[in-house]
Amino acid sequence: MSIAAPPQTQATGRLGEIIALAQSLYEDIAFKAVADWKAKDKTRRAIGFLPVYVPREVIHAAGGLPVGIMGGGDMTEIVRGDSYFQSYICHLPRSVIELLVSGRLDSMDGFLFPSICDVIRNLSGMFKLLKPDRYVHYFDLPQNFRSNLGGTFYVSELKSVAGAVSAMTGTPVTDERLRESIKVYNANSRAMNALLELRIEKPWLVPAAEYYLLLRAGFLLPVDEHTAMLNEYTLLVQQSDRRALDNIRVMVRGAFCEQPPVALLRTLERAGCYLVDDDFVVGSRFIPDPIAETGNPWDALADAFMHHSLPAASVYDEKHEKAKKLVDRVREVRADGVLLMAPSFCDPALLDQPMLQEALEQAGIPFTSFKYSEDTGQFQVIREQAGTFADAIKLWGTV
Amino acid sequence: MTTAIKDASQDRQKTMIAEHFGKLSRAKEDGRKVVYTFVPGNLTELLLNFDLLPVLPEINALQSGMRGKTGDYIQLAEKSGHSEDVCTYVKADIGMLKSGNIGPTGEKLPDPDLLLLSYTGCFTFLKWFELLREEYDCPVVMLHVPYQGDGKITGEMRDYVVGQIRDVLIPELEKLSGKKFDEDRLREDLKRSAKAEDDLVWVLESAKHKPSPIDAYFGGVYYIGPIFTSFRGTEDAVDYYQLLRGEIEERLAQGLGPITPDGVMEEEKYRIVVEGPPNWTSFREFWKMFHSEGAVVVASSYTKVGGLYDRGFRHDPDDPIGTLADYSMGCYTNLNLPDRIDLLEKYITDYDADGFLINSVKSCNSFSAGQLLILRELEKRTGRAGGFIESDLVDPRYFSAANIKNRLESYFQMIEAKRTKG
Repeated sequence: MSIAAPPQTQATGRLGEIIALAQSLYEDIAFKAVADWKAKDKTRRAIGFLPVYVPREVIHAAGGLPVGIMGGGDMTEIVRGDSYFQSYICHLPRSVIELLVSGRLDSMDGFLFPSICDVIRNLSGMFKLLKPDRYVHYFDLPQNFRSNLGGTFYVSELKSVAGAVSAMTGTPVTDERLRESIKVYNANSRAMNALLELRIEKPWLVPAAEYYLLLRAGFLLPVDEHTAMLNEYTLLVQQSDRRALDNIRVMVRGAFCEQPPVALLRTLERAGCYLVDDDFVVGSRFIPDPIAETGNPWDALADAFMHHSLPAASVYDEKHEKAKKLVDRVREVRADGVLLMAPSFCDPALLDQPMLQEALEQAGIPFTSFKYSEDTGQFQVIREQAGTFADAIKLWGTV
Repeated sequence: MTTAIKDASQDRQKTMIAEHFGKLSRAKEDGRKVVYTFVPGNLTELLLNFDLLPVLPEINALQSGMRGKTGDYIQLAEKSGHSEDVCTYVKADIGMLKSGNIGPTGEKLPDPDLLLLSYTGCFTFLKWFELLREEYDCPVVMLHVPYQGDGKITGEMRDYVVGQIRDVLIPELEKLSGKKFDEDRLREDLKRSAKAEDDLVWVLESAKHKPSPIDAYFGGVYYIGPIFTSFRGTEDAVDYYQLLRGEIEERLAQGLGPITPDGVMEEEKYRIVVEGPPNWTSFREFWKMFHSEGAVVVASSYTKVGGLYDRGFRHDPDDPIGTLADYSMGCYTNLNLPDRIDLLEKYITDYDADGFLINSVKSCNSFSAGQLLILRELEKRTGRAGGFIESDLVDPRYFSAANIKNRLESYFQMIEAKRTKG
């Protein structure tokens, strides 16, 4: 299924164990880890959520386990999922339906569908029909960013989710519990940021595939376990003897919902591109800075989403600053160029792309674009494209 | 080529549209401000309150499609970096803009003074106006209309929309127009809206008769034109719907079937409910595939994208802002999938349809995602024949006439077979 990592990056010892665990969690498309977690206590409840972002703190505060459902990737044979969608719909919903109808989401006690696009939105209704015994909620994120309007609405959405999960777990979400959960996720955020910084500074130490597997692990493990995993990895990898290659530094945009196969990430690195910044599994770090740990925790979560979240194609760019933020980020991470890689038929990413391209052109930043799907299995064309992009930048500094 | 038969109401509508586009072409010299906005959940009465002129990009795109222009427009947009995978309404609009922004009457459309992003039931709207913002030097106002994910409009959702209209939108429109919001005028306009809505519902429900005096899809798209676009709340709209109703009453009294571009449909053989928008680039050809077989569409979901008046909603002059919020949230594409299925099932039963057909358009995920489940559910619940065809809104590359015709013929045979079996 996957391409082996280059020899000099293969992790051994404890580092190897961490990666092996992350890999096994990534491959756990039947969510056995969730079933195991629940088996330890009959009152435990797991809430699955679709890309891009849900405030996991609320589920955590209600005593639930938030579990990211990021699609079946290239590991799920689509037997029935295709019969639910036309050929022009992206791949993610068909693999998610496949997981559902094949019973692999049975360990979930509820599902959240954040507002991202019309496909995920309608998928929420399909779940309501196909799983009438489960909690299924379309989680409407505000597109108005005034505290008294979008903020108030968002808090009502948060409280609605909190109430539903609490009803399952029997644990009410008090302000105090929510503040504690914010602290726990802030710790996770700090660990994530440390890893991101290391990756920006020394990308050869943090191969894209390993980094990606660690992100994905965060959508399955209890948060404190994931934080420990990140911290240990970041420490150990700095002690490794991985050497820098003559790769260019690239930033990736467009992969925030349907995820690329891990083998594609390895392919890009092998083609000569260090991925120093990306939007993979972006919900795991959608609020990059710590959220306020004092005061009203509901308002803190609302403020964090409305004023401190990363740009995303699914969120209205009210201040018209998406282009500037993109260019600023390229400079900040010292990227030589940008890969605009979007899933086929992904409306938000593909409708965003002309605006991003324009911004990059204006700023004189090299870019190239291609499409993928979560089950893409042929990488030769992409490898050649990325390789040519890398070579051109190495030779001429542009494309 | 056959000359289409036109009723007085059609001529009336044509005149109204021509006058509106005339106003738009003179907007700058007349000092009128122009607002681009979208059809579903639009706030026409509110724009009227400030004497603002609306432009609806979806309508421009579909009219361009009917005039055979969108093939070139779409390719122009694709050449400038727009993906072949995305909504062709957007690309047709971008292509039209890059070709001089000439409207359906041959006159140039004015640039917007404001982009009112009232996005009901379609995420693409959000991206569409982000794209247009790159082309025009004008402000954008977002009206976020929450989705009925749980099949209801909660108090929080309503408060959110009312708050945005009251605290964001109205002040912006006042600033743009230099006029104060006039609530009394809004109430009067809303009374007219409700009056026209009454008549529209009567017209749509006339299809419950056998034979149906209307086609509620191909004919229906004309009937919804004034009320879904720039005329709701005007005396013109009231007059139009009275005139239309009078014509249908007469047809009903005479026991006549619908008027088609080729004349009156003589025999009603199949009564169909249709889900999904029509194809616009081959609209008449598409329609002919139905009426030439004696198939009449008795109810459709597409004619509800601008309001579910047949479920009882009327604009309420006693709650002028609240009713605008309710309207915005109540349109068909803002319903969740289970509600859409319930509604279609009700149509199939209430209109005594022989079956239902889904026209799945590539461009519109808001409609299309989940339609195959809709098909299964409706077949299971009603036992009536379900059909499924694929096309696109305005991309002529995705209208395969022979393929669709074959499928429709097979579908009508399936209805016959079900009849034979009893």
